[in-house]
Parts: sequence; structure tokens; C-alpha cells
Amino acid sequence: MTTPGRAPRAGERTVRYLLLLLVLLLTIGPFLWQLSTSLKGPDDDIWSRTPSFLPDAPTLANYAQVADTIPVWTYAANSLVVAGIAVAGNAVGATLAGFALARLRFRGARLAFGLFAATLVLPGEVTIVSQYVTVRSLGLTDTLLGVALPGAIGMLNVLLMYTAFRAVPPELDAAALVDGANAWQRLVHVGLPNVRGMLSVVVIFTFIAAWDDFLWPLIVLDDPGRYTLTVGLQYLDGTFSANPRLIAAGTMIAFLPVVAVFAALQRFFFKGVEEGAIKG
Amino acid sequence: MTHRRWFTPWLLAGPALVWLAVFNLWPAVNTVILSFTNARPLGGGHFTGLENYRRALDDEQLTDALVNSVVYLLVCLPLLTLLPLLLALLVEKRLPGITFFRTAFYTPVVASAVVVGLVWGWVLDDRGLLNGLLHQLGLADRPVSFLTDRWLLLFSAIALTVWKGLGYYMVIYLSALGNVGRELHEAAAVDGASATRRFWHVTLPGVRPAMLLISVLVSVSALRIFSELHVLSNGTGGPGGRDMSVVMLIQMYSRGFTGHIGYASALSILLFVLTVGPMLVLARLNRKAA
Repeated sequence: MTTPGRAPRAGERTVRYLLLLLVLLLTIGPFLWQLSTSLKGPDDDIWSRTPSFLPDAPTLANYAQVADTIPVWTYAANSLVVAGIAVAGNAVGATLAGFALARLRFRGARLAFGLFAATLVLPGEVTIVSQYVTVRSLGLTDTLLGVALPGAIGMLNVLLMYTAFRAVPPELDAAALVDGANAWQRLVHVGLPNVRGMLSVVVIFTFIAAWDDFLWPLIVLDDPGRYTLTVGLQYLDGTFSANPRLIAAGTMIAFLPVVAVFAALQRFFFKGVEEGAIKG
Repeated sequence: MTHRRWFTPWLLAGPALVWLAVFNLWPAVNTVILSFTNARPLGGGHFTGLENYRRALDDEQLTDALVNSVVYLLVCLPLLTLLPLLLALLVEKRLPGITFFRTAFYTPVVASAVVVGLVWGWVLDDRGLLNGLLHQLGLADRPVSFLTDRWLLLFSAIALTVWKGLGYYMVIYLSALGNVGRELHEAAAVDGASATRRFWHVTLPGVRPAMLLISVLVSVSALRIFSELHVLSNGTGGPGGRDMSVVMLIQMYSRGFTGHIGYASALSILLFVLTVGPMLVLARLNRKAA
């Protein structure tokens, strides 16, 4: 270890890159193996005791065939609907509430803030059964709306947006107040332009969390036609475990969209990390 | 005055407050209420006192699940508190291409636990990649049954959790390292402190708060484990259903003909009590440090 920021010597540099490559192999390797399996045709022996890493004749046939076995594109669309509702709900609901708590002075604000914060010690799994009872009494079992609704405004996201609005310099607000701006105008013209970083983090992670979620949709959904992708994949694994090529293709359909979203937007995320936005 | 009409803040915070009440506070209260009833997915719902809690005491599957949770926690806690710190130190320096490595190391975090379970299920299969490699290296003449042995299945799931969590905690450490002053490091280096000494006396104290937070996050998520075990065991909970977690039991009792919402709620309360433990420890340690 050397001082951060100082250029390391050549020897140390080599060791570092070797270690980086080793960890890269361990983290990405299993995904690449699955990708490779999904591209192997029926003539490629996937059961061989001497694993072959590259497909002999790469084919996309497994992706077409998995769609014949389970309605995988419908499942992907269902996941997209759920993630869309979650993103829209959080972007609007958490932003409005975060702004009100951080920037408007009113009776009850402290109590409300305390209650939002208190929910953080409550793991989602603890309330999942009574959550199901609530969704059932709303008549929303076995619907995508029932899957999306409880998470449509996340308490953590309200607190994150609150923190972001708190960090906006008060002088900016004061000037707007003198000019006679109302609450809405201050939110739109002073608040929002200064919290775009946090808002994008909230949007990225809401999308990923909703797309990846498994336990909750598993409890809410019955009809195999309404499954989200994660639940449908588990179903595929249980029913047709004989063909790992198909499971691999299905896995990639669930995996690649989140990787694409994250890779495209990771600079917002790591910028925030380096600035210490995510406090330890 | 920050606004003209008294109801403006309530209008803006309104939707979030409704969600707070309907989907957070009420379910918490209702879980307690339901845990004292015999509510089932279809009907029931009479007050039965402590019946569900009494039943939990004799539930052998629950005993197994609690043993699994303890093992999970004991293995995950040291590994996921230390390995991500080493990883953060590795990617901290701005070498060419470091952004690529950081993003790549974070990939398992953004993948669904179901995806991770299926990917590793294929690697760990009797005829999968790992057994193939072990065979080629001459380390095993018969396939190792990673997914069909009661303990190996549990440890495979733990390995998945550790593997999937590395990047997540790495990022928290990375953020904490950013706050450990560079000046402090340079001053220590000028004073002739060796790299090892600087690690113990500058880096470690600097990331101590992050380390405490991470150890609690790791403990709580070890108790909440669900997807890894569910997917690796194909929803069966392993041989004889002995590789269940508490959350798997909750899910099992929440639905279907065998469903028992009252009992599932009692298990939920038990789960909550378990997760409070690590958080109290953190609060105590934080007060001591302050």
C-alpha cells in the first residue's frame, strides 16, 4: 500500500494489475460461462468433463427456443411495467416529500421525518406477510399493480431526496423568496437543478431493485402468464432443468438489461461515491 | 414564512405520507396483530393468544433455519467485513482502466439474486464447471455434490452471498477511504511510517465507522437470506427441507393450502427481534466511540 494519489512504482503497478485481473476473473467469469453456455448449440457437449470455454458454433437458437418454452418476452415486459411504475412513483413522490421536509417549515415536519427514518430499521421481509394481506384487501393480488404499489414510494428514497435538498445552499432559496417565488417555483427552479445527481441515483437503483426483486412478486403472483422475469426464470429452472442452454439464455435476458442500465449510468454513481455522497 | 398556504407542505408530502401509513406503519402493526391469530390465506382470523409462538418453539424446521442463520452470519461477518476493504484498497488508486474494474466488480451487486443463483447453480452442478475443473486438476475423482448435500448446499449459498456482496461493501469502503485525508497519509509517509504501519494507524482508524456499519448490514442481511437458498435448492429447501431460512419459512406459510398467515406473522416478529440485535450492538459501539 502506498499513499493514495501518488504514482505507484512499476513493480507495484504490475502486482496491482495482476490482482485486479484475478478478481475480475472471479467476478465476471461465472457470467461469461453462462453467456457461453447460452450460445452453445445442440452439437456442443455442455456435459463434457473437460469444460470448453468457447462455443464451437455460436448460435442464438436458445434465445428463440426459451421463448417457445416460457413466454419470456411477456415476463420481461411485466418486469418493465413494474420497474416503470416504481421509477415514476419514486421520482415524483420521494422528490416532493423530500423537498417539503427539507425546505418548508411546518408543524409535524419533525414527527413525519422521524417516522420515515424509523421505517429503516424494519427489514422488508418482516412485513411481507401483512403487506400481502393489505394488497389482497385492495383486490390487487395476482396483478402487476399489486407487485409495484407498495414500493412505489420508498421511504429510503424520501430520506435520500431530503438529504439532497438539505445540501442546496440556503442563499439560493432566500433570493427566490425575496423575488416572491412560491413553493412550487422554488422546487422547480432552485431545488431540482441542484439535486439531479441524487435523483439519478434514486432512479437507477429503484429500477434495478424492482427489476431484480424476487420474493415479493413470488408471493403476489399466481397466474404464470403474469409472472415477472425473476419468478418466471425460477419456474423455468424447476420445469425444464434438463436443458441448461435454455436456462442460460433466460438468465442472460434477465441479466443484460440491468448491466446495460448500470454501465450506461455508472459514472453518476461512482462520482457520488468519490465525493463521499454515500457516507460510511 | 417558507410558503403561503398552510396545506402546501402536506400536499407535497401527502403521497409519501400515505405510503408511509399504508405500506410501512400499518403492515408493521398488523404483523403484530396477525401473529396472535389463526388467520389463513382463506378465512380464519380468530384470536388465539400465544398459540403461534408456542408452535414456533416445537418447530424443527425453524430450529434448522435458525442454525442455518447462525452459520450464515458467522461465516459472512468476517469475510464481508474484511474482503471488501482489501478490494477497496485495490481499486482506490486511479490507475488507467480503474473505472472499468470498479464497474465490473460491482456487476454481481446489480444482478438479481435469481440470476446469480442460476449462474452459480450451473457452475456448481454435479456436471458443472467447478466439478469439471476439479476433475481435470485431479482433485476429485467423484463429483462433489455442492447442491444436494445439506451442509455443502448451505455453504454454496453462503459463497454466493459473499460473492454478490463484495462489490456493495467495497463501494461503502471506497467512499469512506475518500474521507480519510490524503494529508494524513502523506504526513505519515514523510515521518517514515511503513505501509503496514500506515494501514494499522491511518487507514484502519479512518474506516472504523464504515466497518461498524458494514458489520451490522452484513449481519442483518445474513438473517434475511432468501433468494440464494431458494434458487440453489430449486425452492425445496434442500435435502429434507433442512436448508431453509427463516424468510423461506415465512414465504412458505404465506401462501397456498398449507398457508398460515398467523404463524408466518409470528415468524416475522421473530425475524425482526433477531435483526434488532446487531443494530443495538452498533448503537452501543457508536456511543462508546463518540
